[in-house]
Amino acid sequence: MKTIASMLAMLGAWLSSSSAHAAGIDETINELTAPIASFIGQVVFFKIPLFGAQLPLVVLWLVVGAVFFTLYMGFVNLRGFKHAIELVRGDYANPKDSGEVSHFQALATAVSGTVGIGNIGGVAVAVTVGGAGATFWMILAGFLGMSTKFVECALGVKYRQENPDGSVSGGPMYYMRNGLAAQGREGLGKFMGTFYAVGIFIGALGIGNMFQSNQAYVQLNTVAGGALDGLGWLVGLALAGLVFLVIVGGIKSIASVTEKIVPFMAVLYCTFAIIVILLNASYIPEAISNIFVGAFSAEGVTGGALGALIIGFQRAVFSNEAGIGSASIAHSAVKTNEPVTEGYVSLLEPFIDTIVICTITALVIGTSQVADPNFAGGATGVAMTSAAFERQFSWFPLPLAIAALLFAFSTMISWSYYGLKGWTYLFGEGSQTLYKVIFCAFVALGCMVQLGPILDISDALVFLICVPNILALYFLAPVVKREMNDYLARIKSGEIRKHNQSGSDSMAEET
Amino acid sequence: MNNSYLVAVDNSDGSKRALQHAVERAKASSAKLILTHVIDWSPYSFHTPDELAERTKRREEEIIRARDIVLVPLAEEVRQAGLEVEIEIQHGRGAETLAQLAEQHNVAQIIAGRSGETNLKTLMFGSTSSKLVQISSVPVLIVP
Repeated sequence: MKTIASMLAMLGAWLSSSSAHAAGIDETINELTAPIASFIGQVVFFKIPLFGAQLPLVVLWLVVGAVFFTLYMGFVNLRGFKHAIELVRGDYANPKDSGEVSHFQALATAVSGTVGIGNIGGVAVAVTVGGAGATFWMILAGFLGMSTKFVECALGVKYRQENPDGSVSGGPMYYMRNGLAAQGREGLGKFMGTFYAVGIFIGALGIGNMFQSNQAYVQLNTVAGGALDGLGWLVGLALAGLVFLVIVGGIKSIASVTEKIVPFMAVLYCTFAIIVILLNASYIPEAISNIFVGAFSAEGVTGGALGALIIGFQRAVFSNEAGIGSASIAHSAVKTNEPVTEGYVSLLEPFIDTIVICTITALVIGTSQVADPNFAGGATGVAMTSAAFERQFSWFPLPLAIAALLFAFSTMISWSYYGLKGWTYLFGEGSQTLYKVIFCAFVALGCMVQLGPILDISDALVFLICVPNILALYFLAPVVKREMNDYLARIKSGEIRKHNQSGSDSMAEET
Repeated sequence: MNNSYLVAVDNSDGSKRALQHAVERAKASSAKLILTHVIDWSPYSFHTPDELAERTKRREEEIIRARDIVLVPLAEEVRQAGLEVEIEIQHGRGAETLAQLAEQHNVAQIIAGRSGETNLKTLMFGSTSSKLVQISSVPVLIVP
């Protein structure tokens, strides 16, 4: 408590000393971060020119990985879909394990980590930069990403670590270290595990932190009619204070309330989005045809169709995090003796996040664009999506702002945990408070810089950690494939059966 | 079918009356009692990653608490009354879990107290005891 009090005092002192020249703070920080952002961006997004478009190598790396895992696992993203639903429904749950983390809970927590402002604002950015065609590639990337998720989440459960206090720690750093050691690549595994842990820690400050708080601020400012202009630091401090209360102060009730509201917000958001799309019904055919035409011949987009493809893929990964390995950390807590089952369940994550929610957002924007090309008045990000809703419901920006704020908040809470796992992997369990304070500082920082540099930094850092992650997945994919085939054989032979409601075993289903 | 009764117990007065009644009936027919406590839990609730990581530990704690505070003292009373007794703890929804355990243990009947809930939720969705009566596949005795 003493440390918290003294930190708050420091925060207050900083606040009062800086409020005198508050108007200049935003610009100053912007000037400082922009060159850093462009440097990191250039290194990570090393681009190769290809038919007039610039293809970042990391995007190619992710796409090749996702295609490979889709083929290598025999289109598990299609063929495992039904089984994933059965697992989430609890058909295979052993009543003896009741009270443990269920497949549904692991999925719900991971999804609320990925369903963030990217689903509302990121899609708008993609459509602005990459044209309607980017949507097509985003959906395709979501579909392929399901296979990557399958592999990484199955591995997360298989190589998780059970701590002496009974809690579990899992994720890419653990399957890198333990999985590769089992293959006799101990040194490589250790190196990659450390590299990943550093990356997820820094990435947590970008994708799961600054981007979220920034967009939440933009949306609040839009609703307030610009009254918060130049007050980014104030909103930032307020958000940082809330996050501080949860992750440092241990006020779990704020977090659990958010976790309970977010799923309903997501459902509500989708419902209203579908209503808007239906109200724009006469523009649907043209919006859809724009998506397909734009996917293969994008006019006015830098790099044409290939440019649209790159933007679409980039957005999909940014949104559903397949290949980044973050979800693997959340999925590792599930109670199961079969790591593969969690792989199946995690398939649904890119499906819900990208194929359902992002596509719906893209259609809301797409149909509005057809109706009125200048509907957003040049705005992008969340503000653009908000304007699309506003065309039908003038009151919508307010609830959307609240939803955006909650999405941002729950994503920040989830990512604070992911980053923390990287941090404790490196420095042990003792130094958690320092990490948490750094995390809160970045929440505040996120509201002070403009969208451009922030997107560059967070995109770059997140793409950086997928390099070792995908590499580890290549090494360990045979392990997953063996387990998957073994598991499927046992389902077929009836060794693994469904448990029905009354607790007695029902007949194994024909597969 | 076993000559045993499944008795739903918690800390309430209603469940104490149910247990008294169960003990009397069991003496008359020299039946075994299975004292059961259900810890309210749903596999479809939402949690933070932190809570999930600690779930296994918390579950152990919940089970130990239920056993030491609720079940062990009550089981001792039953034993002193000269009856054979077993205890069972499970996470789940009250009525569904009791019905499921009753089937699993193949008991002759379920004995439960009528919980004193009279709130809005009960009015809308019914109480645990009325739900139990609806779904159980063995006879249910509700003690007022």
